[in-house]
Amino acid sequence: MHHEEPFKDRNVSENSAYYYVDIEAYPETGWDKFKQVVKRTFSGELFVGLWVVLREMIKFDIHTVQYPKEKLPIGPRYRAVHKLLRLWESGYERCIGCGLCEKICISDCIRMDTRIDENSRKEVTEYSINLGRCIFCGYCAEVCPELAIVHGPRYENASEQRAHFVIKDDMLTPLDLLKAGEQAEYPGFGAIIPGSDASVKKTPLAY
Amino acid sequence: MSDITITIDGREIRTQEGEYILNAARSNGIFIPAICYLTRCSPTLACRICLVEADGKQVYACNAKAKEGMNVTTTTPNIEAERRAIMEVYDVNHPLECGVCDQSGECELQNYTLEIGVDAQSYSIKDTHKPAQDWGFIHYDPALCIMCERCITVCKDMIGDAALSTVARGSDAIEAEFKETMPKDAYAMWNKLNKSLIAPNAGDTLDCTNCGECSAVCPVGALVSSDYQYTSNAWEHQQIPATCAHCSAGCQLSYDIKHTSIANPEDKIYRVKNEWNYVSLCGAGRYGYDFENRVAAKDEAAFEAAVAAFKKADTIAFTSTITNEEALILQKLKAKYGYRLINEEARVFKNFLDSYSAISGQKLYGGDLKQVHEADFVVSIGSALKTDNPNARFAMNNALSMNKGAGLYFHPVADPVIQGMSKNVTQIQHAPMMEEAALYLILDLFGDKAAMPSDLVTYLAGFHSTKTVTVEETVDEKVTETVVKKVLNEETGVEEEVSEEVTKTLKKKVSKEVDVDDNALFGLLNAGDKFAETLEKYLAKKEKFALMVGPDLYTHPNTANCARLVGLIEKYTAFSVTMIPDLSNTLGVAMICDLDSAAGSYSIGYNTAGDFTLSALGGGDLDMPALNQQEGTLTGIDKRVNPTNAALTYGGYVLNDIANALGLSARYTVEYTKQLPVSAGFKALEFDTLPNHYTNSGEEVRGYVMENMAVTTNGDESVAPFDAEAAVCGDVVYLANPVLQFSAFTARAHQLQSSGGLYASAAYMAANGLGEGDLVRVKTEKGQMEVKVIADGKIDGNIPYLPTFDSSINSDALFDGYRFATVSIQKV
Repeated sequence: MHHEEPFKDRNVSENSAYYYVDIEAYPETGWDKFKQVVKRTFSGELFVGLWVVLREMIKFDIHTVQYPKEKLPIGPRYRAVHKLLRLWESGYERCIGCGLCEKICISDCIRMDTRIDENSRKEVTEYSINLGRCIFCGYCAEVCPELAIVHGPRYENASEQRAHFVIKDDMLTPLDLLKAGEQAEYPGFGAIIPGSDASVKKTPLAY
Repeated sequence: MSDITITIDGREIRTQEGEYILNAARSNGIFIPAICYLTRCSPTLACRICLVEADGKQVYACNAKAKEGMNVTTTTPNIEAERRAIMEVYDVNHPLECGVCDQSGECELQNYTLEIGVDAQSYSIKDTHKPAQDWGFIHYDPALCIMCERCITVCKDMIGDAALSTVARGSDAIEAEFKETMPKDAYAMWNKLNKSLIAPNAGDTLDCTNCGECSAVCPVGALVSSDYQYTSNAWEHQQIPATCAHCSAGCQLSYDIKHTSIANPEDKIYRVKNEWNYVSLCGAGRYGYDFENRVAAKDEAAFEAAVAAFKKADTIAFTSTITNEEALILQKLKAKYGYRLINEEARVFKNFLDSYSAISGQKLYGGDLKQVHEADFVVSIGSALKTDNPNARFAMNNALSMNKGAGLYFHPVADPVIQGMSKNVTQIQHAPMMEEAALYLILDLFGDKAAMPSDLVTYLAGFHSTKTVTVEETVDEKVTETVVKKVLNEETGVEEEVSEEVTKTLKKKVSKEVDVDDNALFGLLNAGDKFAETLEKYLAKKEKFALMVGPDLYTHPNTANCARLVGLIEKYTAFSVTMIPDLSNTLGVAMICDLDSAAGSYSIGYNTAGDFTLSALGGGDLDMPALNQQEGTLTGIDKRVNPTNAALTYGGYVLNDIANALGLSARYTVEYTKQLPVSAGFKALEFDTLPNHYTNSGEEVRGYVMENMAVTTNGDESVAPFDAEAAVCGDVVYLANPVLQFSAFTARAHQLQSSGGLYASAAYMAANGLGEGDLVRVKTEKGQMEVKVIADGKIDGNIPYLPTFDSSINSDALFDGYRFATVSIQKV
């Protein structure tokens, strides 16, 4: 059962949940120290641990995750390497090039190049995140008004070059994967808070 | 204008009688929201958000004038409601594209929406389809436009192009219920907004001098520079405060820099911004920013060669597109090694100033552009104003439109832009060489005859004669008539006829012969028949007079006499005189350097031709930094020493390195700032102490104003008469630059790149059977060249001109100093 402890009450008193741990007095003389060492060495606690290992070994019921063959699912709010998403219907990039991620980035590691494209829209021609500086704070995903940049689930960052993760083409969902319906939405950083609709004030429309 | 005290929100402030409440509040740091008002321009009354309560009455702060003892409250519940409704109306159908909008947060709509706290919308109307339009340098997105009309206002009241106006929006009428329910001013503002959009007068695209000031004043992202569109967000730029390097106006601006791209971390200038409430830029300043000379590393071999060349040389030729500090280095090198310093354009200007000083008794002219802004009668003589110094033209236009002013523009080349400023401006297209006559005319019309030298008074009187003209006058004439009336006799009830005498006043036109004064100078200047009447109309109720004189006079064969006449005008008339220096720092160079007239045998050319060339334009023997890569000071037309900063890095050698190698000693060029000659009016101030900004009251806090030193005069105020026979008749060619160009530096900027030719008006081309792009042979006494013809819609008349900005055309070679030359132009 959930029990809320009054942790905010920092003053130790009879009513508080805090109590003094009973701590054995520290040995003071050399002889006392020697006695403590001998007692701890031969107390047999070591064998308690060894027994647990042996018992589990012979039961053949091992819970160790067999990484890299096996991977644990990670929480939606985990912040791994960034991904750029596309719009489901049209396949256009969600990123509109507003530059808010660039602005909010506290380690100043995001840069983008933009231009006006043939359809008079703002096009992001290049986008990069310097992972050598990124602290995976998640602000970029949180500030993104288009849910375009998200923290994906890919936490394996071993590579010859960090740059391999953060070229726009690598971050952006490939069109074939999108068509195959394999672009994942992330309910983590930057996603709309459940129930947001209720807090929206509707603008009157004349038609 | 006298000082008065008014109270705003309980605070007593001092201001001027007749000042707008808004300006008074702003200069005292009191905030009154206002969107459509532009300082220095007329109130538009489009936004109505500047509502305040003055002495219990609701007024608009932007057009209500302060009166002694006035009590102003900036907010009341009613005003709050109006403002909230106004901002809601502005937000109706405004596209939610703030994320990509080029205003990127520098948006007054965004700011005021948040300031007023608009968090819900009460109004709605059906949106109309308003596609974006490309106007050349400017991109207009009507969907974003909030119809504050600041673009129209600045174009008319400040720039003088009047190239924009409102057109019908074609939208539905506002629903009737809103008229009843919404605040009154908000409804009125919406009603106006809902009817109009902005459009160029010329149709689909802009026909103007492309200053881009409309995009600078736009409070939202409706008007943006086409080149800048979607390239960057405003907040990413580092703003480098600087002084425009292109002409003598020395406008304050900031270079907005950012890395070039992800792949190229080198800084690049993305755009130029200006404090548009206090300074207006021309197109060259706004679009001609990337004239830098990119040099990454020091070229030691070239530097050795340069030092060797300096040791060998006896002459340094240079242009005035250098800083005061560099000019001082050159002067110090002259003092040390006896170089001859050649800079013809600065030398003639200096000579002009010297001749002027001999009469006026001061080293520098007395006026500046601020005085032109404040004047109500402006005269320009000897300058192609709109291209010699666009800011001088803005000042003249501003004076004409804001002060109910009138102006005279003496120049042989007809200028439709000047004509378009106001109906109260007259162009006097005198023949070349008649500039002295124009100066004499000013003395004749405005000189204090009692104080002026008697020789001069006698000479001027010689132009006057009395002629008899027939004028038609309307006179009131009293006519007495006998009228027979039928009157009913009340006693008898019979109608009787009664004679009655009636006096009537009839208006009658009478021809009359009168003796009038005939001024022969009018005729000599081709001033037109009606000029005397025009002038009389212009001069009614005028108080402040400003005269601008330009480079035509400095290069005039009788330049000394012109200068003396200008000195007399300064001394004996009410005119404040402003001289327009040719190039960015002509005044500074003239004040700092002892210039020579004849070159020696081996010359160093700095940004100009020489046996060894130093060049900030690239392609020289040793590279130099351009003015946007240097820190230093420039002396502008307002006699102000303005600091400028390096926007872009420069890795090569600078003039100071050469000077150090030759025995001078300074770590940085700006160490020379405090050594600028105090005797010439400079001040011994460190570069780093020089400010560069405007205050809220519009006070210009930039560098310092040079002291106008007194010069002892010998009392000789004689001037030579002008020779009417010298007037140049026949075909003439002028030396000037087209709009947007000043020098090879402007032509380097990627938005302004163009090649020059013979610029001619449509009328000239038609008269001579020339078409755009035709090759013509231009031949003067000094030489000939073949150039292509370029149509210039911004001039009229029959004088074409050759440019100086294109270094592949050596126009100077065809002229004998004076900016006009007799010419024969043949189609090849």
